[in-house]
Amino acid sequence: MEKAKPAGYFEGETMTRRGVFTLGGQAVGGAAIAVVALPLVAFSVAPILDTPEEVWEKVGRTSEFTPDVYSPVITTIRSGIGEAGKTTVYVRQGSEDLGEDTNGYIAVSTRCAHLGCPVRFVRAAGIFSCPCHGGAYDFEGKVIGGPPVRPLDRFQTRVVDGQVEVGPRYSVTGDLEPVRARDPGEFTGGIWEYLYPPRPSTPPAP
Amino acid sequence: MPKFPDTLIPPPLRKPAKPGQNGHRNGASTNGDDDKSVVVEKLKEAPVDLVGWVDERTGATPFLTGMLLRKVPKGTNWFYTLGSATMFAFVVQALTGVFLAMYYTPSPVEAYASITNITNDVFMGEFVRGLHKWGSSVMITLIFLHMGRVFFFGAYKYPRELNWVIGVVLIVLTLVMGLTGYLLPFDQRSYWATIVAMNINGTGPIVGPYLADFLRAGAEFESTTLSRFYALHMLLVPGAIIALIGAHLYLVVKLGTTAPPWVRAETKPKSLRTEKVKAGVGARSGNGDGSSNGKHSGNGSDS
Repeated sequence: MEKAKPAGYFEGETMTRRGVFTLGGQAVGGAAIAVVALPLVAFSVAPILDTPEEVWEKVGRTSEFTPDVYSPVITTIRSGIGEAGKTTVYVRQGSEDLGEDTNGYIAVSTRCAHLGCPVRFVRAAGIFSCPCHGGAYDFEGKVIGGPPVRPLDRFQTRVVDGQVEVGPRYSVTGDLEPVRARDPGEFTGGIWEYLYPPRPSTPPAP
Repeated sequence: MPKFPDTLIPPPLRKPAKPGQNGHRNGASTNGDDDKSVVVEKLKEAPVDLVGWVDERTGATPFLTGMLLRKVPKGTNWFYTLGSATMFAFVVQALTGVFLAMYYTPSPVEAYASITNITNDVFMGEFVRGLHKWGSSVMITLIFLHMGRVFFFGAYKYPRELNWVIGVVLIVLTLVMGLTGYLLPFDQRSYWATIVAMNINGTGPIVGPYLADFLRAGAEFESTTLSRFYALHMLLVPGAIIALIGAHLYLVVKLGTTAPPWVRAETKPKSLRTEKVKAGVGARSGNGDGSSNGKHSGNGSDS
């Protein structure tokens, strides 16, 4: 038996009055929810896409640094949050023995490439060692032991008016090729560049 | 059902008189001398009547009695209180958390100072903060014991799988509470533990780096990381936990609890007979006869 026609039915209609209003009501409700929900999501996710300004900070005169030993300096990576925004950086002059530019300066991050604990330069042994899980790095910052997945990160450096300045952080591959800054624990180089994609929130590699 | 005394209800709120009654419910005065004693009498009953008044308008009694006085299976024991104990631990965390928020400042520069202020200067601050700090471990311990009870008693099986799923989400959210709350004292341990936790998040392939950025609100430990954790810790995650506890309890009440695995179902002679009858029907179904006929003959042949 044929279904009873709804009130207001006319020949050839493809959608009932009720259907139009149901769909319209849901569309209006969905739009109202989206108006609130989408800005909230964007609001909380926006920092992912936000590129912070490059900050360069003077850390000392060029004469204070030698090629043979690292000097710890303190630099600010995020301002306005007190001690939490500061980090220790190990700086030395470029070494001729290692094939580096002697006019340049090497600034090595103290952030362990395993999970981000602070590494310490052990002067007697000439290595970096991490207190958390026993990560060890050689003089250049390459991994020589423990769980770290890549060499220690570095900071860009430049010399302005005889003063060494430390800039944004970048990561390096196993061969010390600079790549965009990664978080600790993330491999660099080769296929890892795709598995741990570079983030817009970090400045490009030098 | 006890009624709220009319004398205590303002006339506009009184129930309209039933047709045929002379409207005395609407405040028409009764005879003078009795009036006082009637009021005193009714005031004595007021507490009971207040419950009745609310109940009449909400129907709460059947709901509450159904929930609180429901039947539980034989063999129900102390292990069945672990869920309630976890919820009690959550309530303690929520209450102490609300009061700690009165003194806490979620700013990287001031957070540690506000925590030392709570601990050392605020009256009973050490106790309230201690409850919150140690209570978090108590809640996590209890929630895992509760999960163990459900697992080893087989209480996750049909039809309670969805409640198991909700419970697992609740465990994850409880651990998120532990993680986000750990940063808030903002001492060295909090800071470095959070750095490590963020970096563990970052090691997930493809989405990991962005997830870490989302949690930190940027590429490094930012000025808004602490307030982000604070908002997650005191608003977003507790809200989700409260909603899911509601769903969890609803399903517990609706489905009931299970008996411990060592309690056997009672086998009554009656149920045995039913099985026999069914077997008889199955054996005779080849005859293609009516069910009532098969039932009778089956019964006869078996006995």
